[in-house]
Amino acid sequence: MKELIIISGKGGTGKTSLAAAFASLAEKKVLCDADVDAADLHLIMDPKVKQQSEFRSGFTADIVREKCTECGLCRELCRWNAINAEFEVNPIECEGCGVCVYFCPEKAINFPENTCGQWFISDTRFGPLVHARLGIAEENSGKLVTLVRQESKRIADENNLDLILTDGPPGVGCPVIASIGGASAVLIVAEPTLSGIHDMERVVQLANHFKVPAMVCVNKFDLNLDLTRDIENFAKNEGLSCVGRISFDPIFIKAMVHGQTVFEYNSESNAGKAVKEIWKNLSKKIVLNQRHTRGGTI
Amino acid sequence: MRIGIASGKGGTGKTTIATNLALSVGTDVQLLDCDVEEPNAHFFINPTTEETTTVFTPVPEVDEKKCSFCGKCAEICQFKAIAVVSKTVLIFNELCHSCGGCMHVCPENAITETGRELGIIQRGHRNGIEFIHGILRIGEAMAPPLIRTVRSYERPGILTIIDAPPGTSCPVIASVKDTDFVLLVTEPTPFGLYDLQLAVGAVEILDIPCGLIINRCDLGDDHVKEYAAQKELPVLLEIPFDRRIAEAYSRGDPLIEVIPEWKDKFLRLYHRINQIIEKRK
Repeated sequence: MKELIIISGKGGTGKTSLAAAFASLAEKKVLCDADVDAADLHLIMDPKVKQQSEFRSGFTADIVREKCTECGLCRELCRWNAINAEFEVNPIECEGCGVCVYFCPEKAINFPENTCGQWFISDTRFGPLVHARLGIAEENSGKLVTLVRQESKRIADENNLDLILTDGPPGVGCPVIASIGGASAVLIVAEPTLSGIHDMERVVQLANHFKVPAMVCVNKFDLNLDLTRDIENFAKNEGLSCVGRISFDPIFIKAMVHGQTVFEYNSESNAGKAVKEIWKNLSKKIVLNQRHTRGGTI
Repeated sequence: MRIGIASGKGGTGKTTIATNLALSVGTDVQLLDCDVEEPNAHFFINPTTEETTTVFTPVPEVDEKKCSFCGKCAEICQFKAIAVVSKTVLIFNELCHSCGGCMHVCPENAITETGRELGIIQRGHRNGIEFIHGILRIGEAMAPPLIRTVRSYERPGILTIIDAPPGTSCPVIASVKDTDFVLLVTEPTPFGLYDLQLAVGAVEILDIPCGLIINRCDLGDDHVKEYAAQKELPVLLEIPFDRRIAEAYSRGDPLIEVIPEWKDKFLRLYHRINQIIEKRK
């Protein structure tokens, strides 16, 4: 079984639109939305939720006023200034380290577990989808990403599916690290802008750091042909495969507005043909990797 | 005054707004790029680099000569960053949240603190704009402590513009909390609207007034505007799709330099934000 994660570094380069399009091309797969912070894949997949579970993770300090003698030790020890002069804990600031709870001489601080969001197993017209919703302003997105990945893998194992197709988060921090560790490959969706190149280079470094093979495709390539060539040259120099280019095409927005993949919206579009080409190339790479190498660069 | 620029969804134009607002105001303004995972504002500002500082977060170091292997450090750690296996203490630096609990609890005073590199901060100028950004070290998971360090450069009495990362979780909160106003940059698409609603929720939790900017306002549908009307959120600026804008962005050219009439629009935007904040007081 293979696990492909779509990432980009920069936000808004087209990860989710591509993931949705691939969902209609791939066979025997489970879909996974690992962008738990701002999950959007469900807006095209129209999931019928079969199972909904709470995501519990981390703890928050809560001072019991009747027991508190206002000795101030908690405020002194707290490194997040989460306890104010009235001895109230600001739950947004509280890191959940429990140091105040441990040291409070009056045992006046409760430490309840947080419910930080929900996660779902759903049916879609393209097969099963595991997705989640991190609560607003919550922490532990990395743990929720790990959870949706584990569930996706379980579903793939139980149903003998060949592929986990995962829509990843932007950036290079905690949720991205949780998304790519141990994956078969990442597809980096780059755009030909100075920001897009810079962010792609950082996410390539991250993939190298965690030894995950990476491939690159360029979206909106015709916005700047020089920078598109720069991206492809950078990728080649890094030993990464360039699996294709897609032109700037409002068809992706139109399809999204209709809750459709680019193929459902228009089966004959040029953008759709470019996506098919990318899918063909990267499927070959993933299978090649399976037969001839273990890890390393695709 | 501090203005945060956030969005929920990535790629809606936060950096375009933050940089062009800073360039339009021009003097007595700070621009802080708090998108430390993928900082991009410098491409549009081209600041000098006057100071580069490496930022560390404290992590424990155990003196095994003093250690009695009692295991209290592992017991207090909520993040599984320290473990005691028979006569060895294992420290997983990258999991440590720097709370100092293990150091405080150690009965033998065997734990001191050393540093884990979070990334770097760079400070510079372009004309009247002071520019500061953070760059998260590749492989480092925790952005919020580096974001807080970027924000420690805020100076009272002048305009501070903060370019936030996408999303709605802890890095965004660390970037915009305690600001006077949040500009939410969105696009009129289902993804834009869904993520905007999450971002509005985050701003409501922080109790900060906000307004919307709708980018590529003519590509998509009307649902963002309907939502704004229903929530009584002011739409402060609408930017139509223009291939010239997209191409200028690709080269790192600021919008107000490519199409100068936009400078007035950004100054009017700043004026309206001032009015909203004054009214709220």
